[in-house]
Amino acid sequence: MDLKDLYREIILDHNKSPRLFGRLDPADSSADGHNPLCGDRLHLTVRLEGDRVSDLRFEGKGCAISVASASLMCEAVKGKRRSDIAHLFGEIHEVFTRHDAPVPEDLGKLAALAGVRDFPVRVKCASLCWHTLNAALERSPETLNGPVKTE
Amino acid sequence: MNANPAYTGYDVQRIWRDFPILRREVHGKPLVFLDSAASAQRPGSVIAAVERYEAFHHSNVHRGVHQLSQEATQMFEAARERVRGFVNAASTREVIFTRGTTESINLVAQSYARTKLKRGDEILLTALEHHANIVPWQLVAGEIGAVIKVVPMDRRGVIDIDVFTACLSERTRIVGCAHVSNALGTVLPVAEITRRAHQRGALVLIDGAQAVPHQRVDLQALDCDFYAFSSHKMYGPTGIGVLVGRESLLEAMPPWQGGGDMILTVSFEKTTYNSLPFKFEAGTPNISGAVGLGAAIDYIESIGIDNIHAHEQRLLALATEKLLRVPGLKIFGTAPDKAAVISFTLEGIHPHDLGTILDAEGVAVRTGHHCAMPVMEFFDVPATARASFACYSRESDIDALIAALGKAREVFG
Repeated sequence: MDLKDLYREIILDHNKSPRLFGRLDPADSSADGHNPLCGDRLHLTVRLEGDRVSDLRFEGKGCAISVASASLMCEAVKGKRRSDIAHLFGEIHEVFTRHDAPVPEDLGKLAALAGVRDFPVRVKCASLCWHTLNAALERSPETLNGPVKTE
Repeated sequence: MNANPAYTGYDVQRIWRDFPILRREVHGKPLVFLDSAASAQRPGSVIAAVERYEAFHHSNVHRGVHQLSQEATQMFEAARERVRGFVNAASTREVIFTRGTTESINLVAQSYARTKLKRGDEILLTALEHHANIVPWQLVAGEIGAVIKVVPMDRRGVIDIDVFTACLSERTRIVGCAHVSNALGTVLPVAEITRRAHQRGALVLIDGAQAVPHQRVDLQALDCDFYAFSSHKMYGPTGIGVLVGRESLLEAMPPWQGGGDMILTVSFEKTTYNSLPFKFEAGTPNISGAVGLGAAIDYIESIGIDNIHAHEQRLLALATEKLLRVPGLKIFGTAPDKAAVISFTLEGIHPHDLGTILDAEGVAVRTGHHCAMPVMEFFDVPATARASFACYSRESDIDALIAALGKAREVFG
């Protein structure tokens, strides 16, 4: 277990200067994520064009892992089709939770988050934004429910 | 340096060696355990007492005429007497074994509040309560239409006695308050709180989970109506705790769980209940847990609770001084009368990240909301890191914490 695997340069950078931070108004969908264990909260707003996520923003407070993960995710999925996002979600989920899973090359910068799998209690911090994105994509704006939780 | 004479003879290194777990390593580093407020470690004597019971004496209690049942019963009841003596309860009839503080409070909420309170009656809590002293009352209040009121605290985490008194009304039926705040360390003036509540005709339940391991608790002097605490915070096993209640109140309260041990006679038409304390102990109790708790009290008394208190107070002063020298460090909970608990944040580093980095250095602290989300909200932080001390904590543990905080600053730049 090496801290440098978890707190890589790119993660510390995205924590300090999160990309796509803020709120889209108007937005086509949105969702709230909450991890009660550590108090991480994030709000995600999404604009859709056909089956593409044309734009998205996140805002909220959380630990470095949850903020960097949200920032990296927003960068990675912006402009992508739902089916590509679902594929990416499947891959990143494997990487977070399976200790021996190979890190697929198409993950790009998201691969920097692979270190969390050696810190099981931190996996929820990294995956909160992905579950929140899923919720935003599954919902139509009229049927927004309560916040998504990873606890 | 050792101005307190009680401290002069305190051999912390010997005490530290009594706890086998403290010798282990975590991530290749010596363990520095600063999370005793969540659960304290057990000395070898407690581990041995539980093992001896399991290996030689175990049987069900209060049931058989055979030798083992008599031995188990005798050990279980001897533990009850140890508990009674330790907190100076009036009688063992007032000492009820539960699963822990949480169950003790639920017992009072379900058996007392639910049956004796009426719509519009008030339950008065303080702003610094643990969830265990909030949610049981909410469950009942919602059902019977009682109202929960909250005594505010100031920015130091202090409950002012006059502010408290102003919150009492003629509708206040029961006051629930912590003896020591788990999140902030504040020691509440519980004797005075009890006196003032009684003047207004309200009963008082004190959550003593964070007090009993760290300072002398004399229930005759406190004069409260209910006092709850847990074994695992005082070097005993998990899954066992205590409710001490005033006998006249317990007598008038209905049982809240039914089963074996709490009855005298049962027919399908009518059951007569057992006497105190058994009326509130349905089913086979945690016998080995009680035996372990008794051994934990023996251990505490072998050091002396006043000596432990003096030692921890000295560590608290030292740790506070050293932590405040760390740039960007902020302490939450600055009451003048405080137990050895320090909640803090480090600017620019989320407590959860801090917890992970400290853990990699072998330093165990609690991070999160400490089951006191209203307290976090009050200070407008999502979480804090919390270092807490016990009889085995050493000065070198504080230095290890400070060094690990330096490491966190290194990682985050």
